[in-house]
Amino acid sequence: MTRTIHLSLDINGKRHELDVEPRVTLLDALRESLALTGTKKGCDQGQCGACTCHVDGKRVLSCLTLAAQVEGRQITTIEGIAAENGDLHPVQAAFIENDAFQCGYCTPGQIMSAVACIREGHAGSEEEIREYMSGNLCRCGAYNSIVAAVREAASAVTTGIEAKDKVEVA
Amino acid sequence: MRDFSYFRAASTEEASRAMLDAGAMLLAGGTTLLDLAKCGVSEPDTLVDITHLAGLGDIAVDANGATIGALAKMGEVADHPGVKAAFPAVAQSLSLAASAQLRNMATIGGNLLQRTRCSYFREPGVFPACNKRNPGSGCSAIGGVTRNHAVLGTSRACIAVNPGDLAVALVAFDAYVEMGRRRVAIEDLYMLPGETPDWETVLKNGEIITGIGIPASVAAKNSTYLKVRDRQSYEFAAASAAVGIEFEADGKTVRDIRVALGGVATKPWRARAVEQSLIGTVLDVEAVEKASRLSMEGAVSHGGNSYKIELAPRVVARAILTMGGLA
Repeated sequence: MTRTIHLSLDINGKRHELDVEPRVTLLDALRESLALTGTKKGCDQGQCGACTCHVDGKRVLSCLTLAAQVEGRQITTIEGIAAENGDLHPVQAAFIENDAFQCGYCTPGQIMSAVACIREGHAGSEEEIREYMSGNLCRCGAYNSIVAAVREAASAVTTGIEAKDKVEVA
Repeated sequence: MRDFSYFRAASTEEASRAMLDAGAMLLAGGTTLLDLAKCGVSEPDTLVDITHLAGLGDIAVDANGATIGALAKMGEVADHPGVKAAFPAVAQSLSLAASAQLRNMATIGGNLLQRTRCSYFREPGVFPACNKRNPGSGCSAIGGVTRNHAVLGTSRACIAVNPGDLAVALVAFDAYVEMGRRRVAIEDLYMLPGETPDWETVLKNGEIITGIGIPASVAAKNSTYLKVRDRQSYEFAAASAAVGIEFEADGKTVRDIRVALGGVATKPWRARAVEQSLIGTVLDVEAVEKASRLSMEGAVSHGGNSYKIELAPRVVARAILTMGGLA
């Protein structure tokens, strides 16, 4: 017997209705039930950061978050950070500009983490970025370029992003 | 991960009642619980979600000390200006733990109850013997790879390290835990493994940690948390020390000193012998190094972890010398 529960999840500004087993994580709900596959499953145990999403504007690991726990919260995934007209988020643009990846698997998590890192005010120096981005592993070892991208994006933060962040938290 | 039912509690009392059912487990940040459920270590029948309860996440700091709700997130406490000012070692113990994402999820109450990182404990499929998981089944760590295992507070049944950082700082500064109707000193919350390593705390069935309190002290205000580990960030301690010092009016004689160790013991470890040997003295490098070695009284090596017996006193000494302006 499989018991399911009904959930309403607010993801990237849109309401999604789904029926899932209580054990389903936010990560699996996104990928398997809602076809939002931008969020990646790396270790599935909270050690790699590939699944990083935002809940109420804060970066969290979706692999260790139950979907049931985030009902009523505002969820943002990598699919939700570009502008509606398709313009990339400045962090996305900076990752391309700085070639901040090789295989790209960790990249959505890196970008979601970097957006939050900059918003938190923890991107003031290379040392600070390395410390506050340490929860995102890159097995290709693109760390130098990732740090460069985060630094560039941090200094390029515009009032436009600030406005978008406020919408996300609201 | 085995399936379970999910129950969102409307009040602490309701959660407490639900927890009386065998197989019920409390869900807060979920960072330990879901991880261990995926490992096959935790197999709850019901998760009782308390994350939606209001009023359990407040942080308040005044002249008497700090009170922190059990649902306050690690990151919130680490960044709280009042905590940073009055209890630097507490704030540092949190900001040096886990990752930014995990600190946004994990709660203070849950942090105090995090389980050991013993790799034998975490692999039931490969290592069925574990007295903590399955009482009486034996200990796979003893005689195994013990680099990350405890040297203090061990027993013939278990040598698993308590992995916490926050609890180490709290033990140093005489913090306490609120559990609804009763209050327990943080040092008394944790039990030594003895013959029953499955029994880790004095929490009774249905009891829920609702918050912690930390009394203000000069030593707590003049404190640091030093964490030494295998990589620079996002790693558990090989050895760590919380140290706070109050000097006499002369500015150099020790009036009060607090020393606690992490990463080396089966519970957060207060090193009172170190404290006693330094109270009333003027700190100098040789005396501090000698006193710091008292922190390893009773230490037992299991082979791979013998380096901790050398490392931990050096970490303690460096933290004391830093606070004494000698490092």
